[in-house]
Amino acid sequence: MSGAWLLDGVLLLAVPAIALASLLSRRILPALAAFVAYGLLLALVWMRLGAPDVALTEAAVGGGVTGVLLIGAAARLRMPEAEAPPGWPLRLLTALLSLGITAGLAVAVLALPEPAPSLAPQAAAQLAATQLGNPVAGVLLAFRAIDTLLEAVVLVIAVIGIWGMAPDGAWGGRPGPEQLRLAEGPVVLLAMLLPPIGIVFGIYLAWVGADAPGGAFQGGSILAAMWILAWLAGLVRPPRIDSLALRLLVVAGPALFMLVGLAGFVVADGFMAYPAAWTKPVILLVEAALTLSIAVALCLLVAGWPMRRARA
Amino acid sequence: MSAVLDLFSVLAVLGGCFFFVAGTLGLLRFPDTLSRLHALTKADNLGLGLIVLGLLPRAGSVLGGLKLVLAWALVLLAGAAVSQVIARLARREGSAP
Repeated sequence: MSGAWLLDGVLLLAVPAIALASLLSRRILPALAAFVAYGLLLALVWMRLGAPDVALTEAAVGGGVTGVLLIGAAARLRMPEAEAPPGWPLRLLTALLSLGITAGLAVAVLALPEPAPSLAPQAAAQLAATQLGNPVAGVLLAFRAIDTLLEAVVLVIAVIGIWGMAPDGAWGGRPGPEQLRLAEGPVVLLAMLLPPIGIVFGIYLAWVGADAPGGAFQGGSILAAMWILAWLAGLVRPPRIDSLALRLLVVAGPALFMLVGLAGFVVADGFMAYPAAWTKPVILLVEAALTLSIAVALCLLVAGWPMRRARA
Repeated sequence: MSAVLDLFSVLAVLGGCFFFVAGTLGLLRFPDTLSRLHALTKADNLGLGLIVLGLLPRAGSVLGGLKLVLAWALVLLAGAAVSQVIARLARREGSAP
């Protein structure tokens, strides 16, 4: 297994190096490029740790979606380099705070009990009751469903927060800037060739999540990426944000999840409990709705808020 | 037969690694954006292509092999499109000769 050690060694050196490159870069776009590469390398680290579910999420959300969001934010900021750098007292304070957080994290990690406390054996023992093949899906959608519900709700709140940036006259219009600089030849070609493959892959990833690595967030991010590509290429236009259908799509996943959770009071043992015979179909239904809502919410996060005053 | 296939794999993957190293060297050393893109595409097309070719006999199944080829084709597609975008941007902003 010397080959595995070599790979681990390279990752161990490359991840901190690329993280430093991202932090130390004086210009914003190289810093973001390094950040995206950092996300992809981190996904490889998760693979080496035997956590393919986390690896897929890191690659899709940590590297992909976050990268696009940050690049969009950088483009909207305009000229952050022109600002005067903060004075040395502020920089010293920032450095001390960062060092303090790092030291605190290091102490916390070193103080972890050995062996680590784990609920994994119990989760694995109860997995059969959920009829799912992937223990991660079992934890996310059955044992700790409330965490997943809250994550999905956070996305809805983020969309509302972004729409709140719209100036009064533009409220209700189509989100995003008027002209996209990327809408030309090669991007258009890519946006026509890639989505058929990406949509199939995104749906597959969400569907297979019940029994193998994958799930709503990973599948949803890929579906969102396909729409974002088509949008950047100028092939599709985002719907107006006062469209009822759009708003229903954004809340469908969390709303269905909550309804199922409340129904647990009546048909099962309590909040977020599923009736035993229906566990798997209910989980698949919730996961499908979540995938759709996550995909739509991520698209809206990237598209931004309505900017045009004219009612188009 | 398996020894021949192993030799084929080793040679093809080594060839792929060569193109990756050469492409990286070009990316770091070439003077302008267009030449750097030229170096980079060699790593994507030939480097990854040769590595995939070398791994094909070891894929285990036809489906596994097809997945490898699909990954290569997708990288080619994305690489070509992104290179075009960067090159157009470089020409428009005047950093290319």
